[in-house]
Parts: sequence; C-alpha cells; structure tokens
Amino acid sequence: MDLLSYILKRVLQIIPVFIIATILIFFLMRLIPGDPALVMLGEKATPESLALLRSKMGLDQSYFTQFYLFFKNLICFDLGTSIKYKEPVLLLLGDKLMTTVWLIISSLFFSLLFSIIPGYYSGIHKDKPVDYIFRLLSLLSLATPAFWIGLVLLTLFSVQVNWFPVSGWGNTFEEHILGLILPGITQGIGVAAVLIRNLRNNVIDVKDSDYVNYARSKGLSNFQIGIHHILRNALIPTTTLLSMRIATMLSGSIVVETVFGLPGIGALLVNGIYARDYPVVQGVVLLFVLLVMVINLATDIIYSFLDPRVKLS
Amino acid sequence: MIKLKKCKQLNPSLLAGLTIIIVISVLAFIPGAFTHYNPTDIASDSILKAPSDLHLFGTDNFGRDIFSRVIYATRIDVMIGIFSVLIPFIIGTTLGLISGYYGGKIDSLIMRTVDIFMAFPYMVLAIAIVAIEQAGLWALFLSMWLVSWKEYARLIRSEVLVVKNAEYVEAAKVLAYSDFRIITRSILPNVLSSAIIYAASDVVMCMLSGAAMSYLGLGVQAPTPEWGAIISGGKAFLSTAWWITIFPGIFLVVTGFGFSLIGDGLSDILRKGRA
Repeated sequence: MDLLSYILKRVLQIIPVFIIATILIFFLMRLIPGDPALVMLGEKATPESLALLRSKMGLDQSYFTQFYLFFKNLICFDLGTSIKYKEPVLLLLGDKLMTTVWLIISSLFFSLLFSIIPGYYSGIHKDKPVDYIFRLLSLLSLATPAFWIGLVLLTLFSVQVNWFPVSGWGNTFEEHILGLILPGITQGIGVAAVLIRNLRNNVIDVKDSDYVNYARSKGLSNFQIGIHHILRNALIPTTTLLSMRIATMLSGSIVVETVFGLPGIGALLVNGIYARDYPVVQGVVLLFVLLVMVINLATDIIYSFLDPRVKLS
Repeated sequence: MIKLKKCKQLNPSLLAGLTIIIVISVLAFIPGAFTHYNPTDIASDSILKAPSDLHLFGTDNFGRDIFSRVIYATRIDVMIGIFSVLIPFIIGTTLGLISGYYGGKIDSLIMRTVDIFMAFPYMVLAIAIVAIEQAGLWALFLSMWLVSWKEYARLIRSEVLVVKNAEYVEAAKVLAYSDFRIITRSILPNVLSSAIIYAASDVVMCMLSGAAMSYLGLGVQAPTPEWGAIISGGKAFLSTAWWITIFPGIFLVVTGFGFSLIGDGLSDILRKGRA
C-alpha cells in the first residue's frame, strides 16, 4: 500500500471515532444536573421567559431532535453561545487556542533543552555514577506534580525576585515571551523525564554502531563524533516520542494555564466548569478530542514517513 | 510470571522505594500518633504562623496546623493512587484477555471502544465527569476508572496475542480444558508483567492527577485534608506564607518517588525473569 492511500485510510478511520466521541460528549453534557436555561437567565427568571428560552434552545424537544440540531450546528461550525462571555463559543476557542499553542511550543523547547545533555551523558557513561544520578533525577521529576513545581517557580522567580509576571502574559510580544518561560519550564520538566530515559537508551544503541566506530577510526574528535554521529542519530526516535507527548501536553496545559493565569483553552475549560458554562465546556472538550485525534494521526503519518520499516497497514 | 522468590537479592531501587512507601503507609494508617492537632480545627489565635516548635510546618489562614493536615492527608492521597489503578487494572485486564483470546467481533468492539476513549485527553474526560457528578472523592474515582482501563486492555491484549499460540496453550486446548481455565491458568500468569510495570507508574500518575484535580477545586473538597487541596489553599499566600504550599508538595513528590522506585525495581526484576 502506498503512502497516500495509507493516509487516506487513516483519515477515514478517525471520522467514525470522532462522531461517536461527539455523541458521547452530547449525552455527557445532558447528564449535567440543572437546567441550562435557568443558569443562563439566573434565579429571577419568570416561568414565561424560561419557557421561551427553553424552546429557543430546543430543550423542549426530544433528545433525538436535540442531537440532530446539535450535530447540524456542529457541521456548520456553530457551537452555540457562551453563557458567561455572551460570545459565540467558536470565536472564544479561536481566541484562546493560540495561547495554548504557544505554551506547547515553549514546553517543547524546554523539554528538549532539559533532556539533551542529561540523556547524552547518561548514555555515554552507562551504569556510571552520572547515569544513576540522572536516572534518579528523572524518576524524581516524574513524581513532581506540575501545579506544585509551577507554584514553587512562581514563588521563587515572580514573588521573591520580580523577573517574571505572577499571572497572565501581558499584551506585547516581549511580555508574551516572558510570560511563557516559567509555564514552559514547568511543563518541560515532566516531559524531559521521559525524554532523558529514551535518549539514554538510544545513545547506548548508537554509540557502539559501525558508523561510530568508523568515524572514530578516521580520527575524528570525540566532540565531533558526539554531536554529528551519536547525538544526531539518537535524537530521531526521541523527537518522535516528543511529538507523541504533545497530546499529553494538551491536557497538562489545563493545569499549567490555571496556575500561571494564561488565557488558553485549558483555563477556558476550568473556568467553564466553575461558571457552569456548558456550551463552552462542550466546545472545549470537542476541540480537545479533535486536536488529540489529529495530532495522533499526524504523528503516525510522520513516523511511517521517517521510518520505512513501519508497515503501512 | 512473577518470580520474586527466585530473585534472592532485592535490587536497590525496589528496596529504597519499599522503604519510602512503608514509612508513608505508617503515616497513612496512624496519623494520630505523630501529631496531637486536629487537621480541621480552626484556631483564630494562630493564623498564618511560620514553622516553629509549636507548629512544625506552620499554620494556614484558618489557624489550622499544616503538619497535621499534611499527615492526615497521606491516607486519602495514597488511597486515590492505589484505588484509581486497582479497579481499571482488573477491568482492563479482563477485557484485554477476552479481546485477545477470542478475537473476532468481540475484539473489534472492545478495541474500537478503546480508540474512542483514547481520543479523550486524560484530564478532559475526568473534568467532564466531575461536572456531572458533584465534585468529590466519588466523582474523582469514577473519572479515574473511566480514563485508565484502556491502557491495561491494550497491553494485555497485545501480550495475549503472542502467548495464545504457545505450545502450552495448545496443549491445554488438546486436553479440552475450558476457556476459563486456559485463560486464567495458562495465559494470565504469562501476560501480567508488562501491565504490572505499567501499573506502578500509573499509581504515581493517578495520585498526581487526583491532587491536580483537587488543586483545581474539582476533586477532594475542603476542609478534608488532601495534598492538592492544601496547596490550592496556599496559593493566595505565596508571598507571605510559603509553608502552606511547599510542605504538602514535598510529601507528594516523596510518595510519588517511592512508587516510581518500586516500579523501576519491579521492571528490572520482571524483565530479568523473562530473559
């Protein structure tokens, strides 16, 4: 099977999964106790206005009709209107998504920054003290909750010394960059733990390979061999693993955005739950599901592209 | 097959991890032996006091003793970690065995269900469940169970596919043993190791996610002492009372580290057992 038909097949595969996930989300939202119309109008609503809004929202229809309307609107990219912000949910999502994307870019950067040197040295000095220290450190960082390390960083670098903003990411580009450093480090520490182990094992595999021995016999310096022959090859599977972690980072952004007050879709979800803003919650969950499926699909395709040994079936 | 007995010497990771978890378990079982303060007692005369001989970890904005809150929280956090894994482990393993052994339609049904659940990011489904149920320990468990079973089903199924054509399984079939007997006696013991290794790291994941949910106010509710909830309560006092946030976090890290070490040690033993 060639690559194009493989991609087509995989894209077609996610459509039924997305539809069923949509049905699931629809019924999850209908299970939430309380009347959405009552939440929208508040406690002082008159029975007449309540009934009017209910029929306008289609709440007096059967579940089947409601789902039909919901799905019809979804295909027309209409996700309803936020109860709290009084804005179309789709616009809100578009507005907040960029913040989350930037947070993930920052996290990717810091996770690579934290993992390359420890992973490389652990692999080169396998079973030596350095290796054990980095192994323990990566176990330790796996056990560290992101929300706590975020608060510790905030206390140290935003409260004690005023280097970074305590909350939010300002309005200008410089402020945005400054506001993304601590959240990126917070998210990066946890991801780095996984990458260090992976890179270490790859370095161990690569460092005794024929082409590294050949490079050594040519008399290249250790530094050159380390960078060009060992690290470059060892990093290929690690970057693939990193791209697989993006989906995990997406759900990690829920906590990190809340801790650092970043206006992304994760914080939007949490605030939506607090405010019982169901259209927003529904919209964010749908967006998360769609993003995760697209990311997983993209990773699979890139992986099969990079590694011809992966069978296209 | 787990052959702990064959492995006479415990490896250092496992030993260190077990030591940490035993100490933590003692705290969880008899918290009253370590502190005479009630974790929920409000004292208006000792608000936001710094750590001292009287209050080892200081007090919070209600004058509650942080040391006693942290100690009493141990039980609930460890419980979240363990029970969030135990139930999905059993459900996922059962489904994985059925899926892998029988194949066909039942296999596709189970694996497509896994696919759908895979599309929901970990925290997102949990948060949606909490929106339906009243936030609390029960909703937290329910969401963890719904989220975590799929990994076990996938792991076990892939192992069953390898094992089910082995000679000893064929032999059991020739002897006309029942499917139940073949699955539980011949297959199960040989497919469990990777799921056990995964479970050890999953305990850490679940404990941290539970604490994160409580931090967001969607898990264990105040005034019940829980590490994430205590940390959340300290967020407003980062500049004036760092002790509220720092100490429960250290306990979370140490407990998580203990479980991680056990997982690391177990995976060494189980991999050796296979080779």
